[in-house]
Amino acid sequence: MFTPAAKATAEKLGLKMGRANLEEFAATLEELAQTNPNIIAVTSDSRGSGKLAPFGKALPKQIVEVGIAEQNLVGITAGLAACGKKAFGVSPSCFLTARSLEQIKNDICYSDVPAVLIGISSGTSYGALGTTHHSLHDLAVLRAINNLTIIVPADNFESRQAIFFAAQSKKPVFVRFGKAAMYGLHKPETKFEVGKAITLREGNDVAFIANGETVVHAVLAAALLAERGIQSRVLSVHSVKPLDTKAILKAGRECKAVVTVEEHMVNGGLGEAVASTLLQAGACKPFRIVGIPDEETVPGAQADIFRHYGISMEGLSETALNLLK
Amino acid sequence: MTDHDLQLKATALRRAMLRLIVNAGAGHTGGGLSCLDILNVLYNRVLNVSPQTFTSPTRDRYVQSKGHCVEALYAVLADRGFFPASDLDTVCHYQSHYVGHPTRHIPGVEMNTGALGHGLPICIGMALAGKMDSASYRVFTLLGDGELAEGSNWEAGLAAAHYKLDNLTAILDHNTLQITGHTRDVMSNEPLDEKWRAFGWEVRSVNGHDYAALTKALTEPSPGKPVFVIANTVKGKGVSSMENVAKWHHGVPSEAELKQALAELDAAEAKLKKAQ
Repeated sequence: MFTPAAKATAEKLGLKMGRANLEEFAATLEELAQTNPNIIAVTSDSRGSGKLAPFGKALPKQIVEVGIAEQNLVGITAGLAACGKKAFGVSPSCFLTARSLEQIKNDICYSDVPAVLIGISSGTSYGALGTTHHSLHDLAVLRAINNLTIIVPADNFESRQAIFFAAQSKKPVFVRFGKAAMYGLHKPETKFEVGKAITLREGNDVAFIANGETVVHAVLAAALLAERGIQSRVLSVHSVKPLDTKAILKAGRECKAVVTVEEHMVNGGLGEAVASTLLQAGACKPFRIVGIPDEETVPGAQADIFRHYGISMEGLSETALNLLK
Repeated sequence: MTDHDLQLKATALRRAMLRLIVNAGAGHTGGGLSCLDILNVLYNRVLNVSPQTFTSPTRDRYVQSKGHCVEALYAVLADRGFFPASDLDTVCHYQSHYVGHPTRHIPGVEMNTGALGHGLPICIGMALAGKMDSASYRVFTLLGDGELAEGSNWEAGLAAAHYKLDNLTAILDHNTLQITGHTRDVMSNEPLDEKWRAFGWEVRSVNGHDYAALTKALTEPSPGKPVFVIANTVKGKGVSSMENVAKWHHGVPSEAELKQALAELDAAEAKLKKAQ
């Protein structure tokens, strides 16, 4: 995932490597479920992929296996939630948000049950397995559905906080987790609030507005640019919906250029949400959406795909420099 | 409530349903008439739910998977006092929550349905929650013939038997017609009894307009097994010109057709009263 130069920059910044956000999710859910018997995990032969095997062993009465049947998974999750359970439907994001999209739209969001959907191994986490296993559409399709909070955590801290939020939410929530080990980006005292972006670095030359597993690359790019005297602002927009339009507008107005970064197709994701926010407010600055372009994704592991499309310290700093020319 | 009482009530419910469809200018007349007796027996004899107990965690749950036949459900819920009958005047009107498929905005409706193949998986979740809580409530859903072509029903069919959900009953409004025509010509699904039995369900095949038979099928226990009731019905039941005619799937009666249908139902009611 990281070049030696990127690792060296991370070290200089004092970033510590954590575990996969997916592992953080599973551990947090199990911790909460130990004291809340109403928490039920629903899996589609996905407890291994979702790192929930220990949960299943520790709390066998709080896990429901539905087999490889994602439509059924979402319907059952909705039914459990409608009857007072805090149900977490856990399935690979690629299948969960495509095959069972209608169940998400109707059974969860339209019926307005307090269910949580967890998209595991999202984005290009399953990189080398090919397009069937990529979820580069999930944010676009879910953004177009009313009554769903969408969270894309950047590191273990945001992942844990997202699960705390989801566990107490009275409304539908979707959270997406990747399976690569992530650097910690936040101090423990950081305030996490759904609908509020977290500013990781202040600067007024270029704003990196990113989420999920791409945020760290923006942080590293900002450090690299600082060595050249360019001051970057870095926002972790963990909450795609509701979107922190205030922080986005502030960045768009105060910075000379804006670069959005996401592990998603450039159509319909964070970048277009940010573009819409800025344009409708008349905040027009040099702007670039970095993500996966509208093409058959290049074969390779997640790290290869990120590098190929410029989601890296080197790629993002180059994009920023070009915009600032 | 006796069978005779239910039969009498059914004539009034059919009239109310037809009136609201004409007023709405839209609706699923044929399927509404075919499933009306099932809803009548559910809400007036089987389900442990009322306007007063609708928020109780121990109430029985009914999810209408064939949501397009909402007009029959509206007529039954209004009659049971879940909301004023005058609300039915607003069905499908601007800014009325009484849209053409069930939503939870309407008192008495458990889940928003309308896209087919959703009710059974939802009911499995509800039935599982009941088992987890050792609750006594039962869960019911109503499916349509054409709906069974949706694969999600068969995913759910496996799961309900796997989890031995004997608190779950799926009712098939088996009128054998769907929008395009006869189900056997659109996508054959028979033999349904053998299929659901092979999936591990207790299958009961009954006349879907026979209150005694429906009551027995919907109330007899089935330890360790979910129940699949094949309710053999007549699409358009109760109005001779609409019976077994596919075009009445979502046909809206003209004023003249409504008048004729109401007269027929009035006559049926008078005959029932006379027999009393």
